[in-house]
Amino acid sequence: MAYLIEGDTGPWEIVVGLEVHAQVVSNAKLFSGAATAFGADPNSQVSFVDAAFPGMLPVINEICVEQAVRTGLGLKAQINLESVFARKNYFYADLPQGYQISQYEKPLVGEGQVIVDLNDGRSTVVGIERLHVEQDAGKSMHDQHPTKSCIDLNRSGVALMEIVSRPDIRSPDEAGAYLRKLRSILRYLGTCDGNMEEGSMRADVNVSVRKSGEEYRTRCEIKNVNSVRFVMQAIEVEARRQIELYESGGTVLQETRLFDPGRGETRSMRSKEHAHDYRYFPDPDLLPLKLSPDFVAQIKASLPELPDEKKDRFVRDFGLTPYDAGVLVVDRASADFFESVAKGRDSKLAANWVMGDLFGALNSTGKTIDTSPVSAAHLGELIDLITDGTLSGRLAKDVFALMVESGKAPSVLVEEKGLKQVTDTGAIETVIDQVMAANADKVAEYRSGKDKLFGFFVGQVMKASGGKANPGLVNDLLKSKLAG
Amino acid sequence: MSDVTRLTMTEALALLNKGEVTSVDLTKAHLAGMESARNLNAYITETPEKALAMAGESDKRRKAGQTGLLEGIPLAIKDLFCTEGVQTTAGSHILEGFKPAYESSVTTNLWNQGAVMLGKANLDEFAMGSSNMTSYYGAVKNPWKRQGDDRDLVPGGSSGGSAAAVAACLAMGATGTDTGGSIRQPAAFCGIVGIKPTYGRCSRFGIVAFASSLDQAGPMTRTVADAALMLKAMAGHDPKDSTSAPQSVPDFTKSVGASIKGLKVGVPKEYKPDGLSAEIIGAWDKGLAWLKEAGAEIVEVSLPHTKYALATYYIVAPAEASSNLARYDGVRFGLRVPGNSLDEMYMKTRAEGFGREVKRRILIGTYVLSAGYYDAYYAKAQKLRTLIASDFRQAFERADVLLTPTAPTPAFGLGENLDDPITMYLNDVFTIPTSLAGLPGLSLPVGLSSDGLPLGLQLIGRPFDEETVFKAAHVMETAAQFKRWEAR
Amino acid sequence: MSLDKATVQKIAYLARIEVKDEELEPLAKELSGILHWVEQLSEVNTEGVAPMTSVAGDLALPMREDKVSDGGYPEKVLQNGPETTNGFFLVPKVVE
Repeated sequence: MAYLIEGDTGPWEIVVGLEVHAQVVSNAKLFSGAATAFGADPNSQVSFVDAAFPGMLPVINEICVEQAVRTGLGLKAQINLESVFARKNYFYADLPQGYQISQYEKPLVGEGQVIVDLNDGRSTVVGIERLHVEQDAGKSMHDQHPTKSCIDLNRSGVALMEIVSRPDIRSPDEAGAYLRKLRSILRYLGTCDGNMEEGSMRADVNVSVRKSGEEYRTRCEIKNVNSVRFVMQAIEVEARRQIELYESGGTVLQETRLFDPGRGETRSMRSKEHAHDYRYFPDPDLLPLKLSPDFVAQIKASLPELPDEKKDRFVRDFGLTPYDAGVLVVDRASADFFESVAKGRDSKLAANWVMGDLFGALNSTGKTIDTSPVSAAHLGELIDLITDGTLSGRLAKDVFALMVESGKAPSVLVEEKGLKQVTDTGAIETVIDQVMAANADKVAEYRSGKDKLFGFFVGQVMKASGGKANPGLVNDLLKSKLAG
Repeated sequence: MSDVTRLTMTEALALLNKGEVTSVDLTKAHLAGMESARNLNAYITETPEKALAMAGESDKRRKAGQTGLLEGIPLAIKDLFCTEGVQTTAGSHILEGFKPAYESSVTTNLWNQGAVMLGKANLDEFAMGSSNMTSYYGAVKNPWKRQGDDRDLVPGGSSGGSAAAVAACLAMGATGTDTGGSIRQPAAFCGIVGIKPTYGRCSRFGIVAFASSLDQAGPMTRTVADAALMLKAMAGHDPKDSTSAPQSVPDFTKSVGASIKGLKVGVPKEYKPDGLSAEIIGAWDKGLAWLKEAGAEIVEVSLPHTKYALATYYIVAPAEASSNLARYDGVRFGLRVPGNSLDEMYMKTRAEGFGREVKRRILIGTYVLSAGYYDAYYAKAQKLRTLIASDFRQAFERADVLLTPTAPTPAFGLGENLDDPITMYLNDVFTIPTSLAGLPGLSLPVGLSSDGLPLGLQLIGRPFDEETVFKAAHVMETAAQFKRWEAR
Repeated sequence: MSLDKATVQKIAYLARIEVKDEELEPLAKELSGILHWVEQLSEVNTEGVAPMTSVAGDLALPMREDKVSDGGYPEKVLQNGPETTNGFFLVPKVVE
């Protein structure tokens, strides 16, 4: 079902494109040797290059180029063997050079695509227009001093990838799913940590609305939105604002806006509008970036299996549903965890345990797959104990709870707590005999045709065995004994 | 010892080696000279304490048998090179008081070779000018005057302080930078030798940028041999400058005195515009005759796009400058004029901090890059640059080196040519094409005008072929017997 | 191209250089003069000519290793600052 907003004049479609700024994982900055770590003291990770002192010159960090190429390949995009760094000129307090070194006419990466899985099980393709490499600016803080803004240049010069999507997104949900998928791909590739709270991933959101079948109308750009939820909210409120404007006879101005999550509204950033003209031109301090086909081929050969391929393989090799496979591959650690649990075992059982009990336990204990108290080896062992009949399904749940608590191996716990399932026919027969003797009246009723009492006997036997009796054996033996 | 400041570097090094003079002696003599010639305004900042300390260290090294190429030689440093702990102004109010915590690569190379810094030489503001009149720290006077005329003349620019200091023996040599002629034209005006090497030969790291694709450092000295020696000390690949050439530096001094038999010297026919003075043409012909006499062959070459070089330059250079000078914003260093808002602070700081010519170029540069005009101006100029560079490539298929005048006139009076920027820009008509093509260009004095002012000729070489330029220059120098002491 | 006062005002703002009202007119004239002069380039046919951005264009862009080799000297970064406090540069408050 298409996502439409009902206005007074009928339904409206929304059109969204995202420009994601993803911080490249690297030790040093894009054009200087200063560190990139998060949370350092102000201006302590700043070189004279980053602070744009007179006479300072940029020299590019090889890893940043490699990471961008890797990302481009992960987005199934064209890698341009020749690209050019250009200066984007504007004044701002946290932009020391008075220009940002970016790429304009000749970006490093051309067209690609992202397959986006939606909640209703459908998937859709969002086109990537380009990816280019650029410097981040510093940080202005406006709330630390009564009359001044404070400038910290630690971020200044950190490498960013700007990933520009086509306006292929048609709902807040699709935007959210796209961002999550993009983040998943970047994390698989190890090119961006995707941490939106620390600002490693930010989005500029282009929103317009239109009636079905129309050409695109004027769009507004909502700058610097820093969470998936806010992106989705911002799209919704901005679309509604534009619809209201159109329906009350107004027009939408192409402008830059800011999303205020507290008020749930977007507002115009008039300061940014005033006479913007970036005067891009090729940076004369840098030469064109020329890559050899070999350089690209080597990176391509080292790419990990990405979520889409992994998902397909999980469906194909493990017989999972596309939905389950999709959930499992969102992050690489979960997928690897599942895979090592499932290897050589009943894969559906493995998927149920990972997605159900394990994810539930992680959720309730606030842990992640990387800090999971239950290792993949232990969970595999638990499944083995179920399969070989050592543990009943019920016992297994108890053992799992103990594993979460203690981090111990299931075999150890079974031993310690004596939780092993009883499969000794003689022992079970003894219990059955005791139960039948204690309930002679019920035995008589059963034998006179009250079949429903069978369940009662099962329950009594299981109870008497402390839950350890093998339910299958109990069934078989009870049936024959009750039959007389 | 008579006046040691009159020695060439080569002569001074011989005396130092023999122990007849020390670096401290040389340095003291220069410091005394600087003090008595302050009226020239060649230096913005004198660093006598640092100079003596460096000279003392040099003498110790020499005693210990460690001698660099320029061991103990006192130099002036154009105030466009960042020098650690020493005020670096670029001739601008906006950088007044700025003390870098770092050293430029070129000066680092010089100190590593034992040179001594006397002080920071005056220049046109941000190296934008051909007269040194745009310096916030005052105009520099040319040590030369017209015969029988006491009026002060300009030393040329932008490396005017460097040229005046070397000509007046206030330094044995000086660093210059050249974007469109800023080493060569003042060298010609002051009767000294100056070479802008091939773009990429000297690192730009730590040199205040004017136009990054054109800026290049070079030596300014009193002889060709000294220029060869000093360039050798300054040059070299620098990983901190992405445009620095990964080439080894030849021993340029070996070219000095080498034969030029069979050398093909090109004469670009477009360098004789109508109205070029007979004196300049005369000097040029004389230069060609000397080369011919030494066994060179003279060939005519054509550089058809020459007439567009100046206009090309005055698009490219201001465009780059408008961006390079954006960092002077009153936030991290230099001048700040308070304002009620960030924008107001920027606008007041930059209005007060920059002089008229700098503002003019920033505005032109901003305009030619702005939306809707980029293609008509900037992109067009870059295409012209391609054509100009290819003219030279073709000319160098026929010739090994080109000989041209350095400037269309000798030094002019202080305060002249200020009314019309374009008239001033014409000073660089012969030097700018070389800069646009990134080629080495050397100016040397070949004689005096009828009113007693030095005239310079320019030798232009193939990329990274400074050696041929030095060879030819030395032949001409020997023939010219230029009387460089007329200045004092 | 002749520049009018409004255009001069606009580019002066882009370049963040304050120009007083009375300076606009003469400045517009001066800049127009330079622009007229450089427009002589339009007489050259440059069809099919590639723009030259650098004379070193044939060289490969040199790359640096990904090693932390710089920074870590906030006092040096701040020491020339016109106004600093607690390790920050200060500027007039920016309202967004």
